[in-house]
Amino acid sequence: MRVVVGGAAIEAHGLRKRYGDVVALDEVDLRVEAGSILGLLGPNGAGKTTAVRILTTLLAPDGGTARVAGFDVVKDAGKLRARIGLAGQYAAVDENLSGFENLEMFGRLYHLGRRVSRERARELLADFDLTDAGERLVRTYSGGMRRRLDLAGALVARPPVLFLDEPTTGLDLTSRLTLWDGIKALVSGGTTVLLTTQYLDEADHLSDRIAVIDHGKLIAEGTPDELKAQVGGDRLDIRLEDTSRCEEALTTLRPLAGGSASLDDGTLQLPLRERRGAIAEAVRRLDEAGVGIDDIAVRTPTLDDVFLRLTGHAAEEEESEAEAR
Amino acid sequence: MTALRYAVSDTLVLAKRSFLRIPRQPDLLVGFTIQPVMFVLLFVYVLGGAIATPGFDYVDFLMPGILVQSMAFGGFVTALGLAEDLKKGLIDRFRSLPMARSAVLTGRTLADVATNVIQLVVMLAVGLAVGFRFSSSVPEVVAGIVLLLLIGYAFSWVFAFIGLVSSSPEAANAYGFTIIFPLTFVSSAFVPVQSMPSWLQPFAEHNPVTAMVDAVRALFLGIPAGNSVWLAVAWSFALIAVFGGLSSWRYRRAVGR
Repeated sequence: MRVVVGGAAIEAHGLRKRYGDVVALDEVDLRVEAGSILGLLGPNGAGKTTAVRILTTLLAPDGGTARVAGFDVVKDAGKLRARIGLAGQYAAVDENLSGFENLEMFGRLYHLGRRVSRERARELLADFDLTDAGERLVRTYSGGMRRRLDLAGALVARPPVLFLDEPTTGLDLTSRLTLWDGIKALVSGGTTVLLTTQYLDEADHLSDRIAVIDHGKLIAEGTPDELKAQVGGDRLDIRLEDTSRCEEALTTLRPLAGGSASLDDGTLQLPLRERRGAIAEAVRRLDEAGVGIDDIAVRTPTLDDVFLRLTGHAAEEEESEAEAR
Repeated sequence: MTALRYAVSDTLVLAKRSFLRIPRQPDLLVGFTIQPVMFVLLFVYVLGGAIATPGFDYVDFLMPGILVQSMAFGGFVTALGLAEDLKKGLIDRFRSLPMARSAVLTGRTLADVATNVIQLVVMLAVGLAVGFRFSSSVPEVVAGIVLLLLIGYAFSWVFAFIGLVSSSPEAANAYGFTIIFPLTFVSSAFVPVQSMPSWLQPFAEHNPVTAMVDAVRALFLGIPAGNSVWLAVAWSFALIAVFGGLSSWRYRRAVGR
């Protein structure tokens, strides 16, 4: 297995793809360092799945080049397939086989041989806490169990590069957390992961770096902290009992401010110089000035804010465009 | 060489997978056993008395026809399975594996041969129980059985194509029925072609199912075959060539979205 220390496990330049009039990918560049997780973040129909399909050799790009694990996705597609794992947004496992039979089948199709395929299947069932369900038909599995099996299926050949296309879409919180732990454990073992998601907290939680994609274009790339820094730091949100006393409140809070304040729908938003002790200090000052407070809170920017700022729309509102994929 | 070995082993792995599905989906199992038996009984006991087949007992006339019909429908499960795999993303997973691309289709159609064998056994047993008798030599009977399996394999490729062009398993079901049902009924399978209205007879005479039924009838009942056996074999290979080609073309397109 070829592991390029410090090199890129996934590298794409100028990827283009269009379906009729719909531009699915528009000159997208991506780079994922070996042993790290890149979160590819975007709303439905942004082009995330198209990117994954190209990088996993399922789809030929109209233009641009990409190398994964050192192999060109078009020219070396055959060799590349032995070195990648793909888990899709629909749990792509056979309902009429047991968990064990599914994994054994994938092992055989990776040409691991019957004995190794079976051993590997048992190992993976244990890793994903499915040993007890291993002999049951998958159609009796819960959604979370299917996703775990799907992920296990992608790991059969111990691929150095793993693609996860919306691995937790539609799962409940507990199942998502379990899957997140599994993904993190893999990366600590040296696997490179490209993960697409429309959940900002997922990208935030799992990714070393995040690439934001919208309407087929890459619109931002960086660490979660870098992206959050783009929308500013911590903020104090205050709702006054009497909004007409805003000016007064601002004057007394000026020493806390790290930027100019704004008023949004009756809430005073004040960028903070220092998060610590901000609420206590603000309450004390406003109390001294005799300005009544209805509600007060410190807000840390989330990737939601980043997304809204970058795209001008929220991350999960484009359901109707999902079919344009 | 290794490529060919992998193509074979991948086909077998996927054939096993398709075959395992049958006993695990009771509705499919019913389709492969109870349904053909029901057909035999209904035709023999309900319609048999009203259909004149000069020179034959109706049950002897019927069995080759109904066997060809069940072979023709045997590939149904391939259409359903492929449509389902496409919809559920399993085809994407297969395509991301370093396996032989052809195995998804060859595995399915090969599994159909196994289910067709089961069907044949069940139906022949029921046929013999209600009075059907072979009246030809053993080699002819064996040749007839091989021909039936070849016919079944040919129709599996027709169904593979239907599954690949259908948007859902339900659509595949509808297309399959609309195409294969008239094909088997407007043939010599259940009634003599001469008993049909004259405008329909030319269609029935040139229907490949008629050639296939006539061939099996000749091989099982020891009547003169004419050129029907060769015609049936030629039709079968032609279906395999045409629909095998169409299916692999469509497979590449359907998944290249």
